[in-house]
Amino acid sequence: MAKNMNDLRDELIRMSGSDPVKCMSCGKCSATCPAYDEMEYHPHQFVNMIDRGNIEPLLESESIYRCLTCFACVDRCPRNVQPAKLIEAVRLVALREQGKNRLKADKVPEMLDSDIPQQAIVSAFRKYSK
Amino acid sequence: MQRIGVFVCWCGSNIAATVDVKAVSEALLKEPGVVFSTDYQYMCSQAGQNMIIEAVKEHNLTGIVVCSCSPRMHEATFRKTAKSAGLNPYMVEIANIREQCSWVHKDIQTGTEKAIILGKAAVAKVNLNAPLTPGETPVTKRALVIGGGIAGIQTALDIAEAGFKVDIVEKQPTIGGKMAQLDKTFPTLDCAACILTPKMVDVAQNDKIRIFSYSEVEGVSGFVGNYDVKIRRKARYVKEDICTGCGACVDKCPMKKVPNEFNLGMDNRHAIYIPFAQAVPKVATIDPNTCNMLKNGKCGVCAKVCTAGAIDYKQKDTIIEEKYGAIVVATGFNPISMEKFDEFAYNQSKDVITSLEFERLTNAAGPTQGKLLRPSDNVHPHTIVFVQCVGSRCSACAEKGKEYCSKICCMYTAKHAMLVRDKYPDTEVYVFYIDVRTPGKAFDEFQRRAVEEYGVKYIKGMVGKVSPEGNKLKVQASDLLNNKQIHIDADLVVLAAAIEPDKSARPLATMLTASMDTNDFFTEAHPKLRPVESPTAGVFLSGACQGPKDIPETVSQASAAAVKVVGLLAKNKLTGNPCIASSNELMCNGCSSCERVCPYGAITYVDKEFRMPDRTTKVRRVAQVNAAVCQGCGACTVACPSGAMDLRGFTSAQIMAEVDAICK
Repeated sequence: MAKNMNDLRDELIRMSGSDPVKCMSCGKCSATCPAYDEMEYHPHQFVNMIDRGNIEPLLESESIYRCLTCFACVDRCPRNVQPAKLIEAVRLVALREQGKNRLKADKVPEMLDSDIPQQAIVSAFRKYSK
Repeated sequence: MQRIGVFVCWCGSNIAATVDVKAVSEALLKEPGVVFSTDYQYMCSQAGQNMIIEAVKEHNLTGIVVCSCSPRMHEATFRKTAKSAGLNPYMVEIANIREQCSWVHKDIQTGTEKAIILGKAAVAKVNLNAPLTPGETPVTKRALVIGGGIAGIQTALDIAEAGFKVDIVEKQPTIGGKMAQLDKTFPTLDCAACILTPKMVDVAQNDKIRIFSYSEVEGVSGFVGNYDVKIRRKARYVKEDICTGCGACVDKCPMKKVPNEFNLGMDNRHAIYIPFAQAVPKVATIDPNTCNMLKNGKCGVCAKVCTAGAIDYKQKDTIIEEKYGAIVVATGFNPISMEKFDEFAYNQSKDVITSLEFERLTNAAGPTQGKLLRPSDNVHPHTIVFVQCVGSRCSACAEKGKEYCSKICCMYTAKHAMLVRDKYPDTEVYVFYIDVRTPGKAFDEFQRRAVEEYGVKYIKGMVGKVSPEGNKLKVQASDLLNNKQIHIDADLVVLAAAIEPDKSARPLATMLTASMDTNDFFTEAHPKLRPVESPTAGVFLSGACQGPKDIPETVSQASAAAVKVVGLLAKNKLTGNPCIASSNELMCNGCSSCERVCPYGAITYVDKEFRMPDRTTKVRRVAQVNAAVCQGCGACTVACPSGAMDLRGFTSAQIMAEVDAICK
């Protein structure tokens, strides 16, 4: 992670199309989040930490895989900051590192069970692999 | 040929630091018509002005060019100087070499070069200036106040106090507005009705004030000092001058299930009603949409029980026309609709209410006689959650809510929370806030009292979701300072809804040609120095129609607007602006282009007889400008295809001369 954090901040803003500067710290994103208790860093912290360039802890946190991408925070944010899109951008940066795929194809057979719809596997690949 | 004097101001170092004022003065002396040129440190000072007066006398000047700050700043000053030197004030031109030159340039060479060019343009214009004399119009000594809330009431009382007649037009059956619906008022907690209703009575008893209640302004024409206003007096089916307000008709009316607007639909009223006990005028009104007699002719009970014989089912709307010298807009505000805020479940549960509804719930004259009972089951709530900033401070691209801070919510929420804890200490009260904004005399102390003395739990964070489950409201919110998501089982949720201007404001602004901002708040003539005047002469602003305001601020602004009205009505004649349009009737082809673009309705067409070269006469349609209405905007001069329209003081020839001087 030798990348300059300010460059990374700008890259995340570009990838997500979302601007953390617009945030007024109301916390409605974290108030609305159904995965809040699963996350080490919460949606409002993502917004604030990205804005400050404090991105490394986010890249290493399990939180980026705990976000359900339900977009409730995007829908309810009064400032249109779109926290879920920022979280998604952090996850993409983490996955795009060499060998950092979260879900590898050869692991799939052992995870299979008859209750998982194929669609879920396809969508998991999109979300957890580059 | 003019004899022009040029006066270059240093403005201390404001101009002199980036413009070589001596070089400007010397260069302009070579311009045609210039017979005298000088520079001075502060031209606007007494010494500077005397310098101008002496130069006019000594050099027989006929025109003056002052190279200084913006004409917005000191044009009026130098016009007065010219007048005291015996010149026509409109023979003065200002070359703005400060805001448009020295302040925007860093390099003295380019600054000086530009200052000379601006000076040349002003000289070229003065060469074509002609003395102008403003016209005079009489003033109708009566004011109109539109809106009968606390703002309109205060303005009307103050105008009447100064000895002028004033009319209030109120669309509801009674004056009083939003303040009449409130329970207590912050920060002193006196009861709203106790301080408002005496003022309403003062209005009713003042022989200088007429109240047109249940009426709306339908059309406005005319101009400052001379407005003609059409007012629609809606049929209330009760003769206002005969009704004694005894209420017998209301008691006997069989139609009892009409949602009561005054209590925001939380209880019912009759089809014939008096909005509240202290209504002014205290006169019954029949709601034509719910009255059986008016709908299908089957009833007539109220007419039978009215001993005064005041009921008149055949009453029709009437339109009255009145003349006014000044108009005050006091149309007030409303809470925004909660329709789009699904997350707070306002439409799903009766126990999610707005703050204004909460006011009615705690008001002794409200649907619960002041007992705090939740609307769904009339049970006393033990956990109450207040949510601040609902629909306020939203980003313009967030598709719902308003961008501005509604300003009053922090204080009324603190008041509500405090009153609940005071009256019902067994109740847990949570307030979710983003920021607590309490600028105002004794305001922050008030909010701190809610926290420290009354134990209101203020939590920094927002509520994300309210979901009704059984007889509880599950509130999911964030506690940012604790970095926790919290869940509260609440009995009542109160939303501090953003406020917006009344819907009647926009069409009214169109009638008045008064400008508004993107949020439909009326724009003031200057945000700091002319806060109670609209840019449209003769139109004044009072209360929340200009921006969110609490009661103390509304009342101060209302009194300020009254003073401005009195200042206008105290004059017998108004001096107009002589820089207005006029049409050259020989060139006018009667095309109506100017009439269509005129925002003030100042242009009319007349058929006029013209003598032709062959000594016959011909009737032609030509434009005429009403000098008293024209504001000199110049739109018509641009629209006119035949060049017949010209603006005095800014003629096409003068402007072309300026352009030539700049391009030379």
